[in-house]
Amino acid sequence: MHELTLAEQSRQLQRRELSSIELTRHYLARIDRLNPSLNAILTVDADGALKAATEADRQLAAGKAGPLTGVPLVHKDIFCTTGVKTTCGSRMLENYVSPFDATVVARLKSAGTVMLGKANMDEFAMGSSNENSFFGPVANPWQHDRVPGGSSGGSAALVAARLASIATGTDTGGSIRQPAAFCGLTGLKPTYGRVSRYGMIAFASSLDQGGPLARSAEDCAYLLQAMAGFDEHDSTSSDAAVPDYVAALTGNLEGLRIGIPAEYFSDGLDAEIKRSVEAGLAELEAEGATLVSISLPNQQHCIPAYYVVAPAEASSNLSRFDGVRFGHRCDNPSDIEDLYSRSRAEGFGPEVKRRIYIGTYALSAGYYDAYYLKAQQVRRLISDDFDKAFESVDVIAGPTTPTTAFAQGAKVDDPVSMYLNDLYTVAANLVGLPALSMPCGLVDGLPVGLQLIARAFDEPQLLRVAHRYQQATDWHRQAPPAID
Amino acid sequence: MTLKPGEVKTIAHLARIGLEESEVEPLAKELSTVLDLVAKLAAIDTSHVEPMAHPANTELRLRDDVVTESDQRDVLQAPAPAIEDGYFLVPRVIE
Repeated sequence: MHELTLAEQSRQLQRRELSSIELTRHYLARIDRLNPSLNAILTVDADGALKAATEADRQLAAGKAGPLTGVPLVHKDIFCTTGVKTTCGSRMLENYVSPFDATVVARLKSAGTVMLGKANMDEFAMGSSNENSFFGPVANPWQHDRVPGGSSGGSAALVAARLASIATGTDTGGSIRQPAAFCGLTGLKPTYGRVSRYGMIAFASSLDQGGPLARSAEDCAYLLQAMAGFDEHDSTSSDAAVPDYVAALTGNLEGLRIGIPAEYFSDGLDAEIKRSVEAGLAELEAEGATLVSISLPNQQHCIPAYYVVAPAEASSNLSRFDGVRFGHRCDNPSDIEDLYSRSRAEGFGPEVKRRIYIGTYALSAGYYDAYYLKAQQVRRLISDDFDKAFESVDVIAGPTTPTTAFAQGAKVDDPVSMYLNDLYTVAANLVGLPALSMPCGLVDGLPVGLQLIARAFDEPQLLRVAHRYQQATDWHRQAPPAID
Repeated sequence: MTLKPGEVKTIAHLARIGLEESEVEPLAKELSTVLDLVAKLAAIDTSHVEPMAHPANTELRLRDDVVTESDQRDVLQAPAPAIEDGYFLVPRVIE
């Protein structure tokens, strides 16, 4: 039953051919057996899951169930959960239990999902390989010596390994799409403001968005449906009406104009990835879409702008970890300065410190204009590029990542080479647009991701295009070879 | 560019992250490579470009000025490392 997609599980649960308790027990047993070698899940809540499954079965029996009732899932450990630890992959929050649920968690709970546990991640969502977790790296189920991507590396690895059919993730610079690409999944970063950030531990507040990771666009549509919507607890939450994402999964691609930015296919892109992505684009063309050459002239400036904006916001957000109100506190502080600086030195790992330092520097007196203000102006130029492109196309497409999953340890000592892995993904965060990655091929046994970017709040378009592609191809049905 | 040891110590102090003397030099190198990456921004012409702080270019909402939360002090202080009588404990600040 772990080979079933969310949509299939949902149908069988509704028809009472399958019970939530059976499904939950099955996944818990798989997690026991397979998670030790993957390290994808940090905390398993078996008691909570069995209790929720029992309640879900009661709802299903009473005919009061929705499409997600009884479906097991795992939340990225950045989403606050009452009663279960929320570590954010950090020693700083090693024993943290939140006094409240994140809105995403509360919504999915009330939709009837069964939380199996919490997924491993790069510390405070900073990383592209999951090697920055205080709780150790995560193996890519396709090849264990490869990284699963990051920062939602645990979420992606566990869905690829069929330890749940769906998981939540967050994406600040590619942290849903890049692991989705590396693990052969479909992952969606929604429009900024579409999914509430309340209770989602903040990294860079103008970039962060929660979203779904699943094995198909259809499953992402079901999960996003329950995650999206206005939340008064998030000051930048959008009150735009939430469309019916599942109902939007219809129609062919006749008349759809897909923009192909020249900048996404130039230097730095692996030749085999280029071939896979071009084959994917040809498939979309065969389904009726028209490919249009476009230009995003400021593409090369995305990474430099991102690595000012994100660290600047992070340095501000992470100042809350002071050893006083929550989180790690050093032993026997001699004075208040010692309390702050030693608690933070002990609680944060190297990459988190690096980004706090860069952000602190960029925001400090005398450098603000040269770095932060400049990056915000470049951000505007990048946004203008997309506005202009979307005057003549409906969707923009290209590769999700410049390479397939790289080897564990290959980039840990070289932060800049790690950052360059986000080459194609950070733009959507800087400009707030929705973007999706879907599998479009395999290179040397490792999955390749094709990225689609749409206008603000046009998630239905992304899901529709990806679903159509997945009706015509079976890349999304490929499973890691060692998964039994 | 290359950050000097003194600059690294200043940044660490501003960030309130304790730094061992042995960490200063390798950190100066690491941070300098990142700053080299972002220094590419300087060459871009941004005269007359309005800075973009945020993708949601709307005014922040205001809510009615009414009480919406009940007292939850005990629940909210439960994760704190050290509390007493409803206060967060820190080392003595005023002699």
